[in-house]
Amino acid sequence: MSGHAGSVPGEDTQRGLTVCKLIDTTTCIGCKACEVACMEWNDLPFGETIFGNTYQTMPETRWNYWNLILFNEHEKEDGSLMWLMRKNQCMHCAEPGCLAACPADGAIVQYTNGIVDFQQANCIGCGYCITGCPFDIPKMNPKTNRVFKCTLCSDRVSEGLEPACIKSCPTGCLHFGTKEDMLDLAGKRAKQLQDHSNFPKAGVYDPQGVGGTGVIYVLHDATQPEIYGGLPANPHVPWTVKLWKGPLKWLGNVAMVGGLIGLFVHYLRYGPKDRADEDLNAGGTKS
Amino acid sequence: MSQSEQILPHGHILRYTFLERLTHWAAAFSYIYLLLTGLAFYSPWCFWIAAVLGGGQVSRMLHPWAGLLFAGAVIKMYSMWAAQMRTTAADKAWWNAIGHYMRNEDDQMPPAGRYNAGQKLLFWGFFWCSLLLLLTGAILWFPEFIPWNLRFLRFVAVLIHPAVALLTIGLFLIHIYMSVFAERGAFGSVIRGDVSEAFAKRYHPGWYQEIAGGSSTPRK
Repeated sequence: MSGHAGSVPGEDTQRGLTVCKLIDTTTCIGCKACEVACMEWNDLPFGETIFGNTYQTMPETRWNYWNLILFNEHEKEDGSLMWLMRKNQCMHCAEPGCLAACPADGAIVQYTNGIVDFQQANCIGCGYCITGCPFDIPKMNPKTNRVFKCTLCSDRVSEGLEPACIKSCPTGCLHFGTKEDMLDLAGKRAKQLQDHSNFPKAGVYDPQGVGGTGVIYVLHDATQPEIYGGLPANPHVPWTVKLWKGPLKWLGNVAMVGGLIGLFVHYLRYGPKDRADEDLNAGGTKS
Repeated sequence: MSQSEQILPHGHILRYTFLERLTHWAAAFSYIYLLLTGLAFYSPWCFWIAAVLGGGQVSRMLHPWAGLLFAGAVIKMYSMWAAQMRTTAADKAWWNAIGHYMRNEDDQMPPAGRYNAGQKLLFWGFFWCSLLLLLTGAILWFPEFIPWNLRFLRFVAVLIHPAVALLTIGLFLIHIYMSVFAERGAFGSVIRGDVSEAFAKRYHPGWYQEIAGGSSTPRK
């Protein structure tokens, strides 16, 4: 699937196994091995960091920094502190807002395995994907005017390997497999947290507002995803984007074609206004 | 060239000065480019237009600049024509008789001045739409610099920009139809500047009265 106008080449020719990355925030130690692995595998250059007396040496993902652990100190109801770490990257939505908004042929594609990938060769730099994304993920390279983000290592996955971040994780908080298997594993882990680790609100983050995601989280408190560095509780493609790419486009197409037909039929029926005295125009200006 | 120096065919009246014509065509050519590239961004079905015009990247790069040129031309038009585009009592009568106008029964229309009520609607429609397109277009030009907490600006812009553009397409289609097909002589008048007396009497009798009674040059 892409922004392409016609049918999708290769549709239904492969088994529809959807891949998924599972991030268990409860066992993440914030070591940033996944960040390094991402940069190594994708040949991303090291960017400038900041030092603000926190571990957050990179404030947010960049066009050339696709995988970032967000560190958040959270004060619990009893006043004690809890350190929340969440690996942030593209969520690979089943119904991607970036793809819905993209006008360029083949610039954003969704493979049958669910990976949402940007093809920079086709990107025109309009930035509509930035507006379509509810997670603030696509980032513009100001030099080339092309947008970049995590590819879920589609090059590795197509060869049967797990994404680089998964391979590097030392605690096993990252898992990779089919969506079905990952949901099963995540559910079991959440149940374990509820039953044995005093996290009664533990749960799985797989937001249905975007049709579910290809990256799911296990959270200690699934009722407040915002405390994990602003993970939206109910992400959805902006309604203005849906209205623009849905009814407005439909209405606009009908109006434009209808208008052209209407004017043509009007001319057939009535013709130019000066038929009654065409001779007046004979020596005059003709267009 | 000032209008008094322009040589006209016998019995013809100057309707658009050189500056008016130049401004019109600056707006026209920039609008057509904006329309074509805009349609390419509007729907993947029309994306081939961008390929024809030099590719998606080029279209994306030049569309905003063409927009600035268009907005500048529209603002110049405002300074030239806004005073003549004020709605008058005659315009309401004109709208009430729009059925006659559409059936080419122009002899039954209330006399129009330099611009009839439909042309005034076109002017004001394009003026206000252009301002909205300019504002929303500025946001769409640099979406990556809109802070995340002001993202509603982007959400508004992606909807308003194409919606307003569609309104201008409606105005544009009617404008082309009227000036090229329905009122013969109108298209030439915005190129060469002059119309025949018959044209002036038929379509703008109020304006004809005004200039035939007074000086030989049209009211600015």
